[in-house]
Amino acid sequence: MTEEPKDTCDVIGSQKTNPSRDKDLAPYIKIKVLFFARARDLTGSTEICLEMPDGSTARDCMCKLLIEFPNLREIYNSMVLALNEEYAPESTLLKDKDELAIIPPISGG
Amino acid sequence: MDSKEIGGGLSGADLLREIERLRAEKEELESRIHLLEAQIKPRGTAEKDKSGSCSLSSLSCPQMNGTTLSGLSPEMIHRYSRHLLLPDFGVEGQLKLSKSSILVVGAGGLGSPVAMYLAACGVGCLGIVDNDIVELNNLHRQIIHTEAYVGQSKVKSAASSCHAINSSVKLVEHREALQAVNALDIVSKYDIVVDATDNLPSRYMISDCCVLLDKPLVCGAALGLEGQLTVYNYNGGPCYRCLFPTPPPSAACQRCSDSGVLGVVPGVIGCLQALEAIKVASAVGEPLSGRMLLFDALSSRTRTVKIRGRSPVCSICGENAAFTREKFQSFDYESFTQSPMSDRSSEKLNLIPESSRITSKEYNEIVNAGEPHILVDVRPVHHFKIAAIPKSKNIPLSNLEDKLSTIDSALKQAAQDSGKCASLFVVCRRGNDSQRAVDYLSKNGFPLAKDIVGGLQSWSQFVDRTFPSY
Repeated sequence: MTEEPKDTCDVIGSQKTNPSRDKDLAPYIKIKVLFFARARDLTGSTEICLEMPDGSTARDCMCKLLIEFPNLREIYNSMVLALNEEYAPESTLLKDKDELAIIPPISGG
Repeated sequence: MDSKEIGGGLSGADLLREIERLRAEKEELESRIHLLEAQIKPRGTAEKDKSGSCSLSSLSCPQMNGTTLSGLSPEMIHRYSRHLLLPDFGVEGQLKLSKSSILVVGAGGLGSPVAMYLAACGVGCLGIVDNDIVELNNLHRQIIHTEAYVGQSKVKSAASSCHAINSSVKLVEHREALQAVNALDIVSKYDIVVDATDNLPSRYMISDCCVLLDKPLVCGAALGLEGQLTVYNYNGGPCYRCLFPTPPPSAACQRCSDSGVLGVVPGVIGCLQALEAIKVASAVGEPLSGRMLLFDALSSRTRTVKIRGRSPVCSICGENAAFTREKFQSFDYESFTQSPMSDRSSEKLNLIPESSRITSKEYNEIVNAGEPHILVDVRPVHHFKIAAIPKSKNIPLSNLEDKLSTIDSALKQAAQDSGKCASLFVVCRRGNDSQRAVDYLSKNGFPLAKDIVGGLQSWSQFVDRTFPSY
C-alpha cells in the first residue's frame, strides 16, 4: 500500500529541476519535513525536503504536503505541528533550513 | 595554593581534625533538632491520610524509634540507600515518594515496567487497573507477567510480581476496566495517574478525568518502532485535549494487535513513564510537561518537542469549559473516537451480501470434495509469511488492482486441469479485507468471488486447530 520508508531526503518542488536557477537570487527556501508515526505510513517517508517560495508559512507548507500526499488528510486535524522542535501556529513564517515535524498521536501500548 | 593561609596558620592534619570536629558537632545538633521536632508532631500522624483503598497511614509514617532521624526506617534506609546517596534526590525525595500514591492504568507493555519500577522504588501506594487476562502473545513485551499466569487476571499477575519485588509497597488491585462510570471514584484515591493504556478512547477519558480531579497525568504510548511521552495537566500545563481537540479517524489509530510492536519499545517508554512519575511524586527535576518526547527505535533517535501550552478554548480545561463530573460520566468516549476501548473487540465489517460469503467449514468441504477453485489470500506479504492455508495464493489487497489478470489466468488453469468451472475464494486474517477484496473483484469481472467469513481466525477455530493464530 505504501512505499518503503526512505531515509534519503527527497526534494519535492518543481524548482529542483531547474539547474540554471541562481541560488543566491532565487526567492526559495528549503524546508526539511519530518514525519512521525501514522504520517510515515501515509507518506512512505520519514523525512523529505520541500522547496517553498520565500515568505511561505507553515500552513503553505502543509498545503503543499497535502497536494503531494493526499493521504495526509487523514491526520491533518489531529496532529502536532512543530517547527524546529517547537509548537508553531500555522501562520508562522518559515525560514530557509527550517525543520517542520508532523506528529500524529500514537495510541498503542 | 597554600593551605596554611586558608586555615589561619593550621597544618593540613590540623585542618582535617577541625573539619571532623565541626561535622560531629553539626550532626549532634541536627539529631537534637530532629528529636525535638519529633516531640512537636503528634505520634503516628501520616502526612496524607487518604480515605478509601489507598490509605497510607501505616506506611508513610516514619518509624521514630530512636535510630531513624531521617524519617525513614532502617530497613528503608538500607533498601533505598542508592536513592538516598543521590544529592538531588536524597532523604527528602524518598520520603515524598513513600508518601505518594500512583495509579497505573493498564498492566500491559507500558504498564509492566511502570508498575515494576514504581514498586521497586518504594512509592507508598500503587494501584493497578486493568480487566484483561494474560495471554501468551503478551509475554514478549509485558515483562511483569510470567507463563504461570497465562489465562489469569493481568492485575493479579502484576500485583504478585510487584509484591515479590517490594512487599512493603501497598498494592491495590482494580480488576475492572477503567471507564467513565468508575474513573472518578478510582482516580480520586491517587495523587498521580500513569496512562499505560492501548487505545484512544481511554486516553481521552483518562485525561478528562485527570483535569476534573486535578491530577497530573504521565501519558505514554508505543506502536511499531515508535513511542511518545508527555506529562499532562501538570502545574497549569496542557491536557491531552489541548493538543488533540479532534480525535484522529479510527484508521489512524492502529493497535499493537494489528500493526505489531517491538517488545522493548513500550518497555523504553514505560521506563520513562516511571521516571516522570517518580519526578512528579518526589518533586525532583523538571517533568516533561509542555513537551513531548518522541522515541524512534529504528534510528535510535530521541527528540523532545515543545508543545503548545494550555489552550484557553479547550473544551475540558479551558477558561470557559463547562465540563462537569456529570457530563464526564455520561460522555461516550468510544463513539467520540470511533474506536473501541477494548483491544479484544475487533471491527466486524458487513460490506458484501451473504450470498458472496462462505464459512470456513463450507470452504473445508469444498477442499475435501476436490472441487476446482483457487484461494486468494489478500493479507500483506509479511503476514502471509507467518502462516497460510496450503495452495493459497498471496495477492495483498493493495496490489489486487494490478493482479486481476493473474487471478484470471489461475482460474482458467484450474478449470483446464479439472475440466470444470473453477470458483474463486478470498481469505484474510479476520474477514474484513477479504470482503473489501470480493467487493472490488465483483465489480471488476469476478462476480462470483466469495470470501471466507471470519478469515484465518475462523479457519483455526473451526477447521484446523493446529493452524497458528497470531
